[in-house]
Amino acid sequence: MAVLILSIETSCDETAAAVVKDGQEILSNIISSQVEFHKKYGGIVPEIASRKHIEMINPIIQEALDTAKVTFKDLDAVAVTHGPGLIGSLIVGLSAAKSIAYALNIPLIGVNHLEAHIYANFLISNFEYRISNIFPFLSLLVSGGHTMLVLVEGHRKYKVIGRTRDDAAGEAFDKVARFLNIGYPGGPIIDKMSKEGNPKAINFTRPMINDGFDFSFSGIKTAVVNHINKLSVVSCSPKGELLVNIVASFQQAIVDVLVTKTIRAAKQYNYKNIALAGGVSANSCLRANLEEKAKKEKLDVMIPPLVLCTDNAAMVGARAYYLLKEGKTSSFDLEAVANLRL
Amino acid sequence: MQNEGSYYSRNSRETVALGIKIGRILKPNDVVCLTGELGAGKTTLIQGIAEGCGVKDYVTSPTFIIINEYQGRLPFFHFDLYRLNNAAEIADLGVVEYFTRGGVCVIEWAEKLAGLRPKNCQEIKIEIEVISEGERRIVLSKKTQD
Repeated sequence: MAVLILSIETSCDETAAAVVKDGQEILSNIISSQVEFHKKYGGIVPEIASRKHIEMINPIIQEALDTAKVTFKDLDAVAVTHGPGLIGSLIVGLSAAKSIAYALNIPLIGVNHLEAHIYANFLISNFEYRISNIFPFLSLLVSGGHTMLVLVEGHRKYKVIGRTRDDAAGEAFDKVARFLNIGYPGGPIIDKMSKEGNPKAINFTRPMINDGFDFSFSGIKTAVVNHINKLSVVSCSPKGELLVNIVASFQQAIVDVLVTKTIRAAKQYNYKNIALAGGVSANSCLRANLEEKAKKEKLDVMIPPLVLCTDNAAMVGARAYYLLKEGKTSSFDLEAVANLRL
Repeated sequence: MQNEGSYYSRNSRETVALGIKIGRILKPNDVVCLTGELGAGKTTLIQGIAEGCGVKDYVTSPTFIIINEYQGRLPFFHFDLYRLNNAAEIADLGVVEYFTRGGVCVIEWAEKLAGLRPKNCQEIKIEIEVISEGERRIVLSKKTQD
């Protein structure tokens, strides 16, 4: 019998719901910022809208069921992100999930958002091949809010070997983009502009690159700010070739740090599989550099499609499936935990 | 309370050291409002303040998640209003409700609080000015609200 899990994710800006079959097949994956959803329900969702989750949650869940062509009574379990995240946002998803699980008398499964990002790798194609060989793997989790290197030995067997001491990688992208006035979100814009620039034009600092597995990106951001401030003394804000060179050099500094540490960790711990996770996985420079360096070292790299890298509910359903199989369901006093750890 | 006035820092180490001094004497319901441009060292100063409050964890930027919570000798709430556009959005997130929860609140981009100034709590205002690549002027003042 197939196992159908309805999963809900409201840890930060996105309201999302999905229906996932057997932890691998995505029947629906609805995210509030998706264009199609907006067309249907109208209105503009502000960038930050904690209490907007309340307005969005029911239509999003209904849309997830409709798209999957299932009804509430077909569901076997309800999964929900209970942390880490913004407490007010988490509570909305949690309350919805509890109500549904209680009304339908089916298991409730609380999922860690960071674990869910890693489990996006269980949803990628040629799954049967991947899944039998997936453990152990090294996960580089890079997003707007997180940057960490995690040894994944098996389900619920993690060891975080490195994390950021200040800014997340995705955050550095956004802040530099805003500072340079080139738009939001910064990641995709910097990625695109960098293709026109020389990544070796400016040798920005690469903090802690050869020092352990923790990260520090705040210094790279400040180096860009200092560079611009010095330029501004002699000219106005940078444009054209000067600007794309700054952007490309900045991106290269971030990517060098991420790739160098990931490859070094894989070699040191003798891991053959690397799995990318989180929104920054979309960065083409990161993908290309990591794949190139991994190939040289005979390492395998898994990268989920973009929609599964950024915040979504399908990844929550993927994680929940294995928890359900192990009988690790949650009670109705499951709490939202803002600073939940891996 | 660390005395009001101007302090000079020549590098991030000195900024952290000043933060530790400030953190050591913070009391329940103190609200530290920080302003300063991108790269000025707000997070660096807060890392010191948190250490002074007995937080053992890494204090990382809450830009995306907006609020990070830690436990030191007091609950320690670290806010970053950078991504928020106006006071209505801040109110919507329940930021002000944290001010009187018996912990220490430290707020980056506090100028965005606009009318939402802390009530019934001690407000400590800190402005970080960039003097040169490494040097910073850190101006501290306090204000009691009724």
